[in-house]
This record gives sequence, C-alpha cells and structure tokens, in this order.
Amino acid sequence: MKDLIVLAFSAFLVQNIILSQFLGICSFLGVSNKRSSAIGMGLAVFFVITLSGGVTWLVYYKLLVPFEITFMRTIIFILVVAAMVQIIEMVIKKILPPLYESLGVYLPLITTNCAVLGVSLLNIQNDFSLVEAIVFSAATSIGYTAVIVTFSYIREQIYKAPIPEGFKGVPAGLVAASIMAMIFKGFIGVI
Amino acid sequence: MANKKKTLSPKQNLIKGIIKENPTFVLVLGMCPTLGTTTSLANGLGMGLSVLFVLIITNAAISLIRKIVPPEIRIPVYITVIALVVTLIEWTVEALSPSLYSSLGIYLPLIVVNCIILGRAEAYASDNTVKDSIFDGMGMGLGFTLGLSTLGFFRELLGTGGVELLGFTLFDRSIAASFFVDAPGAFLMLGLIIGVINTIRVKKEREKKAIMDAKIAVALAKKAAKQKALEEQKEKEALESDPPVQKKPELKEAI
Repeated sequence: MKDLIVLAFSAFLVQNIILSQFLGICSFLGVSNKRSSAIGMGLAVFFVITLSGGVTWLVYYKLLVPFEITFMRTIIFILVVAAMVQIIEMVIKKILPPLYESLGVYLPLITTNCAVLGVSLLNIQNDFSLVEAIVFSAATSIGYTAVIVTFSYIREQIYKAPIPEGFKGVPAGLVAASIMAMIFKGFIGVI
Repeated sequence: MANKKKTLSPKQNLIKGIIKENPTFVLVLGMCPTLGTTTSLANGLGMGLSVLFVLIITNAAISLIRKIVPPEIRIPVYITVIALVVTLIEWTVEALSPSLYSSLGIYLPLIVVNCIILGRAEAYASDNTVKDSIFDGMGMGLGFTLGLSTLGFFRELLGTGGVELLGFTLFDRSIAASFFVDAPGAFLMLGLIIGVINTIRVKKEREKKAIMDAKIAVALAKKAAKQKALEEQKEKEALESDPPVQKKPELKEAI
C-alpha cells in the first residue's frame, strides 16, 4: 500500500508527464488557451488513460506474451487506444449526455495524444503489476489534468502582458512552461 | 486532381518543408520528441533521421493506396500503416545503433502518434502523386531534423560545454549550466529559438510592408502627377512639367 502511494505521488508530481516526460505537449500547447477547454480535455484524458492503461496491460500479458508476438505491441496498443476512445465516446453519449456535450470534441483528438500511448508503453517498460499499472495511469493522468488546467490560468494572464511581438503565443507559453517545470523539479526532494 | 491545385516542383517542395513550413519552428508540430530527445546533438539527429525515414515511407505508402481506401475509414488505415512502418524503423535502429535505441527509449515507438506524420498523410499524401508525396515527406523530415539538431546542438553546448558529435569543447563542464540538459531548459531553449525566429520574421514582414507601402505611394503620386500634368498641359501647352521627380526621395526614406 505504501509503495502504491509513493508510486502515485511520484507519477503525479515528480515524474509529471508533461513537465518532465514531455508527453502530450501538443495538446498542452494547443488546448490550454481557454480554461474551459483545458478542463474538458483534462477530464477526457483522465478517462481514456486510466482505462486504456489497464486494458493494454491485460492485452500485453494475456494475449501478446502467451502468443509471443510482443514485437507487435506498438500496432496493437494504438488500435486498442483508438477502440477505447470510440467505446468511451459511445458510453458517455448514452449514459451522460451533458458530459458528452462538453467532452465530445476532445475525445477523437485523444487517439493521437502521445500521453495515452506513452503511459501504456511505460506500464510495460517498468514491469508494473496490474494494480500498479492502473494506479500509475490514474495518477499520471491526474498530473496531466492538473498541469494543463493550471497552465490555462497562467496563459490567460500572459495575454494581458506586454510581450514583444515575436514572442507572443507559443514562445511565451514555452518560457512559462519552463518556469513551471523548474517548480516541479523541486518536488524531487520530497521523495 | 493535382492539376487543380498549385503544383510545386520537387525542389520547391523540399525547401518548403525545410524553411517556410518548418515543422518545429513554424508549424510547432511534434513537440514531444522535440523536447524529449534533444539532450544532445547526436540524439536529436538520430530522432530527426528516424522521423525522416518514417515520413518518406508512410507518405509513399499512403499515396499509393489513396485510391483504394474508402474515405470513412482512412484515419484508422493510416494509423495502422504508420504503426507498421514505425515498428520496422524501431527494429532497424535497434540493430544499427543499440546505444541510440536505448537513449531514444519510449520516444521511438511514439513516432506513431507524432502529429507531423499523420498530418502530412492526411493533408498531402492523401491526394497527391507518389513522387510529390516522397519529396514532401523528405522536405518535412529534413526540416524536422534541422529543428531537432539545432535545439540539440544549443542544449548540449550550453549544458555540457561542448558538442560530443562534432568533437569540440568550448568551456569546461564544471561551469556549464546543466539546467539546459534538464526538462526546464528544453522548454526555455525552444521558446527562445522560436521567439527569435518570429521576431526576425515580424521585422522582415514589416520591412516588406513598408516597401510595398512606399511603392504604392510612389505609384499613386505618379498617377496624380500625370493627371495634374495632363490638366496643366491642356491649359498651357508651353509649360514644362515633370513632377514625378520630386516624389522619388520618398521611396528612399521609406526603405
């Protein structure tokens, strides 16, 4: 249990997926312009990563390993992720129409979000057990959501600042992200 | 289909990808490997070249099958093709350079979800000929390689004091800012490079605009002067007039 808490904490803050692993940067820069879309994307990513993290683990150890086709993992994983996104979209549409209204646009984008495939691959690379894999996936995606939402607040403030013409937009965002990454680096001392 | 659009020669297609539509600095695509693998020039170059080969092969393959694939299921088909090619490249890198394979780590299989590759497949290869698609992929891949190498070069230089691949040391490692090899330095360096490039571009555009404005002003002045001259000529045929000359200095001032 204690190991799981440490694992979750490290995945959430110390090894933050955006700021220290550089996964999901495209959506990080693309969606964090508006606070509402950042929250929507964050929630959608949370669902997809947690579920697909578990499913890809099962597929890998129950299907790919027994049949000795582990070299196919990239292809199989991306198909699993794409299928998961489709299934989650259908389920949310059926059960929670209001949630679908707010998440609908972001779900298809998630298939090509490297954070999703990245977490699935990291689960395998780190030799996690099923429970560890699910905890790691959930904590990582919470870390993603936390950073993307915080960053959307910062970016709204950046718009008001007098920035040189050439640095407006992405460059200013990257410099702000650098400062945020420095702050997150400080968490290394915690564990 | 290609005839309707403005077709570019292979050379133009190549240069477009490297400079005008550079995926790293102008389009800001494929940021995960850009930040994650550029801790040194060697790693950046390795990643860039892997993407270059994947792009050329996928663009060619997708361009070949573009007439067979039904439009409704094209994205899943493209992703499967890309995943297949990436797996092949993964094996190739592992066989050729095990050290590069281990330092690129998870970013190598993640080329599958790199936005540049699916983006070019969807935007270019899906309705262009095989030859054009290959050159487009080559240009984009070279642009990406250039972006990653630049970033890797500066990060390694500032972070470790020298560039191992080129075999030179500028200053001692102990006084180098290892910050630039770490995660925060990656964001900062990329932000600064894009910012500087944008500043130069904004300045150039402004100059271009100033020249255009001056040209328009001169043209208008000439036209007005001509009309004036015509009117004056009507009134007094003997009068000599060449007003355009006095407008010339304006152009030089504006430039």
